[in-house]
Amino acid sequence: MLNIKEVFETTNMIEHENLDVRTVTMGISLFDCSATTVEETCSRIEAKIRRHAGKLAETADAIAAEFGIPIVNKRISITPISLIGASCCKTPDDYVTICKMLDRVAKELGCNFLGGFSAVVSKGITESDRLLIESIPEALAVTDNICASVNVGSTKTGINMDAVKLMGEIVKKTAVRTADRECIGCAKLVVLCNAPDDNPFMAGAFLGITQGDAVINVGVSGPGVVKAALDKCHGENFQVLCDTIKKTAFKITRVGQMVAQEAAARLVSSSASSTFPLPLPQPSVTASPTSSRRWASRSAGLPARLRLSPCSTTR
Amino acid sequence: MEKTVITVVGKDTTGIIARSSTFLYEHNINILDIAQTVLDGIFNMMMIVDVSGMDITFEEFVCKMKALAEEIGVDIRCQREEIFDMMHRI
Repeated sequence: MLNIKEVFETTNMIEHENLDVRTVTMGISLFDCSATTVEETCSRIEAKIRRHAGKLAETADAIAAEFGIPIVNKRISITPISLIGASCCKTPDDYVTICKMLDRVAKELGCNFLGGFSAVVSKGITESDRLLIESIPEALAVTDNICASVNVGSTKTGINMDAVKLMGEIVKKTAVRTADRECIGCAKLVVLCNAPDDNPFMAGAFLGITQGDAVINVGVSGPGVVKAALDKCHGENFQVLCDTIKKTAFKITRVGQMVAQEAAARLVSSSASSTFPLPLPQPSVTASPTSSRRWASRSAGLPARLRLSPCSTTR
Repeated sequence: MEKTVITVVGKDTTGIIARSSTFLYEHNINILDIAQTVLDGIFNMMMIVDVSGMDITFEEFVCKMKALAEEIGVDIRCQREEIFDMMHRI
């Protein structure tokens, strides 16, 4: 049975040390949304996002209320759009049309960011990639909640200097296009090298092509908790310091894991998705059940796979 | 059994436990464990309760407890037990 010290340690972390869940981000694969016309592609993308993330904000709010832990942001990441729009987009304006639709859907679903208006061009640029990149200044100027990213290089393939040159021009155009709003367009644009296979962190978020149909990612934030724990270590030796950091990081991460498991369990029952990996930052925890049934049977226990790795902190 | 942890923090005064437990009784909520301390005049109480038989929804329960907290002049939080278990138990 819990004791009063443990209970008040947790409530103190939440109330006074700013422990919270920064974001619950749902990744949605759009590979089955490609069509021969922009209108049909938009229609399929909108339907799929609504089917999976229709209750994302509502579910996150309910979890926050039940567990007494704030969940600050609800977000969506999608398959890089240059892959999905390749079959129908013939001009940069076609991509702007898709971007506007994504912005409208994100706002209607209560998501403050949707990431994945992206192209991966680390080796070469397809016509579709080029059109998407050229659409970025206008797309980010006429939308509010969309994040764009372009991966221009990797250790394995080297740096695509054509893409670097192009992105240099695009960054400037994006800044100029939103100059009246403190160049906000550039705050929603990331140019990456070595983009990870899947990236849930805005503004460079996109759903990796190796991911399942829908995934839940949770970012936890507890620098105040770590600081408070370290404050209690003054004068202690290095071993005590290391143990304190490990114990504190464990507690913070477990909160994220719990929220991710709960969100996955609730959203999987209201959607057709079958796989819900749960990567968390610092360290990350991943659970990958292979089916919704298997997930349901594991939702109360340990995840299927536990992986500890260094990971970038969420914004 | 659906366990919920109720924490009460505030200036010590008469009737905090009485009014809280009366409310729980009225809604068929069973108290499983209760612990309290008073530090520098600040009242700290933790109750673990079973809400599986309560006659209101969890949202209503949280709202009514908050209203009660304002009446008494203390802070009351209601959280499902899992968050504490996840943080403090392997």
